[in-house]
Amino acid sequence: MRTKTTIASLLAATMLVGAGTAQAETLRLLTWGSYAPEELVQKFEEEYPDIDVEVTFSNNEEMIAKLRATGGAGFDLAQPSHDRIYAAQLEYDIYKPLDLSKIDTDAMQPSLLDGVKANTTIDGEVYAVPHQWGTSGLMADVTKAPDVKGWDDLCNPAYKGKTSMRLRRTILLGTAFSMGEDPFAAYADLDKYQQLLDKVADKLIECKDNIKAYWKGGDDLSAMMLSGEIVASETWDSTAYKLFDQNKNIVFIPPETGALAWIDTFAIPRKGEADDAAYKWINFVLRPENVTIMSASTGAIASIKGAKELLPEDKKAAVNAAFTDADIDNLKFFANIPPGVEDMEGKTLEKIKAATGG
Amino acid sequence: MVQKDVRRLTLILLFAPFAMWIALLIIVPHIGMVALSLREKVAPRVYEFGLGNYIDFINEPIYWNTLLRTGSMSLLVTALALLIGFPIAYYIAKIAGNRTRGALFLLCLIPLWVSDLIRAFGWILLLRETGVISTFLQWSGLVSGPIEFLYNDVTVIIGLVYTVILFMIVPLVSTLDGMDDSLVEAGYNLGGSGFTVLRRIIVPYAMPGIVSGCIVVFMLTAGSYLTPILLGGKNSSWFTEQIYDQFITRFNWESGAAFGFLLLAFTSTVIWLGLKLSGQTLANTVAKS
Repeated sequence: MRTKTTIASLLAATMLVGAGTAQAETLRLLTWGSYAPEELVQKFEEEYPDIDVEVTFSNNEEMIAKLRATGGAGFDLAQPSHDRIYAAQLEYDIYKPLDLSKIDTDAMQPSLLDGVKANTTIDGEVYAVPHQWGTSGLMADVTKAPDVKGWDDLCNPAYKGKTSMRLRRTILLGTAFSMGEDPFAAYADLDKYQQLLDKVADKLIECKDNIKAYWKGGDDLSAMMLSGEIVASETWDSTAYKLFDQNKNIVFIPPETGALAWIDTFAIPRKGEADDAAYKWINFVLRPENVTIMSASTGAIASIKGAKELLPEDKKAAVNAAFTDADIDNLKFFANIPPGVEDMEGKTLEKIKAATGG
Repeated sequence: MVQKDVRRLTLILLFAPFAMWIALLIIVPHIGMVALSLREKVAPRVYEFGLGNYIDFINEPIYWNTLLRTGSMSLLVTALALLIGFPIAYYIAKIAGNRTRGALFLLCLIPLWVSDLIRAFGWILLLRETGVISTFLQWSGLVSGPIEFLYNDVTVIIGLVYTVILFMIVPLVSTLDGMDDSLVEAGYNLGGSGFTVLRRIIVPYAMPGIVSGCIVVFMLTAGSYLTPILLGGKNSSWFTEQIYDQFITRFNWESGAAFGFLLLAFTSTVIWLGLKLSGQTLANTVAKS
């Protein structure tokens, strides 16, 4: 269906160009699932009739892999998380610097904007601006697992066989924090970070016995949680909010060591061909009236001032049920991943997956 | 003279698509893979020629354990597919009547009309703790609490056998189809028992089908990705998952390419060994089936 419309619109576009009446442009967006709700895309195309939006859904790793394969061609706007810009740019040269004068940066929340800028500036050029942010933390069914407070509670024998996590870097970092360490500080000294990773691996291998299964995506996590097969899990907050909608006992719990916060950004691939359209999209989706539509679809909070008030009512209720102001102050923003760390963490995850101790 | 040229031209034209397919989609990408796998990363955007990726593989027990695990489970799947598939194929080819034969063959093909992913999800719906089988067992009073059938190696093997068994049945049916019934009758007339007839007449006759079926099934299983990932549990690693991780999550294309090549080399070696040990050659089995 989608391909059909795409082909149709491509044909229409070619015909328009041929007739010389209008210059049709295509904005090829590489983003997360739910980050380009149909409603917004249509609204955008109505406002800019000469731009067609083509959306590809992906995740952090696949975005970088896709852009790396083509040297940054094939897409006009990408949305990796803020910690995935710096090293990827240094290693593979896949983004181009942004022209900040074309972006309405005044509307953005200064702390988020400055944070992303600081993380993504190379040789004085800024490569990304924030779009929206959210956290990774825990969720639990409070009637069945009332005592879930920190990352290590997933390994609590009281919930044996009834917890889950995703075997990715988030759980490594969360476990490190729960052991009283600061993994982001350890990035500076990779030998020290390796020692920390080894300790984390031991802990998580020991914990394996307690885990029912590692979840791989929001859908299988939701199915396990809603059916009651698991009572607590590591999660993205947006997934927890969606479940809260269906079962008020399932709440998002910021771990006591602080929920891990990510900021998804806008970055322009090096060989992007529709920069102007990309800037238009960036400014368009950050307009207050559009933020509400976006947040309803993603469950994440936009990077503009007063964004929390712009959340749709159900999401606002879920956020308020999950976060106190102290929790917000305690957020741990993902630090830039230095070159090499990705590989060390990957090895650690393999070690945990392959261990048969549990 | 002209006729000879025409014949040659026909041959070239008929052969060209195949040659291009082999060259462009198999040989060229593999040369690229080998070249990629022989690069070592020394610094961002700086690469050197070297065998580092292969040495890493040998030095890291996790990697070759996963490869051996994948290999041995694939062999088990192949054996199970043969054991289950042979009677089915024999029934379709020899016992069923002409009309039922077509219908049975069609029934075997139907699962292939559904994608791999959907079939795996089907198994998940059946086997999960709150799934159909567990609920049915509780309802019938056979068990008291919910049982988890999912997320272990047995499930992976069941899922894989289900996915690949068709590729065992099809070549077996076509070989057995060509066997003259009088061969079997002669075997019995000469005083052979059912087992002797199977061992001395049917199996040797079906050998081309068995060998090609086994090769296809083994290759498909060792290279499958979705089924082991979706049905496997927290301890079940599969080598293709390892390759995916290298390429996608670790951005390490060089060692991903090396792993891909190692998987190809490993499966080829296993098949070569299998042929040697069973005293078969490709020429007198696969080429005949």
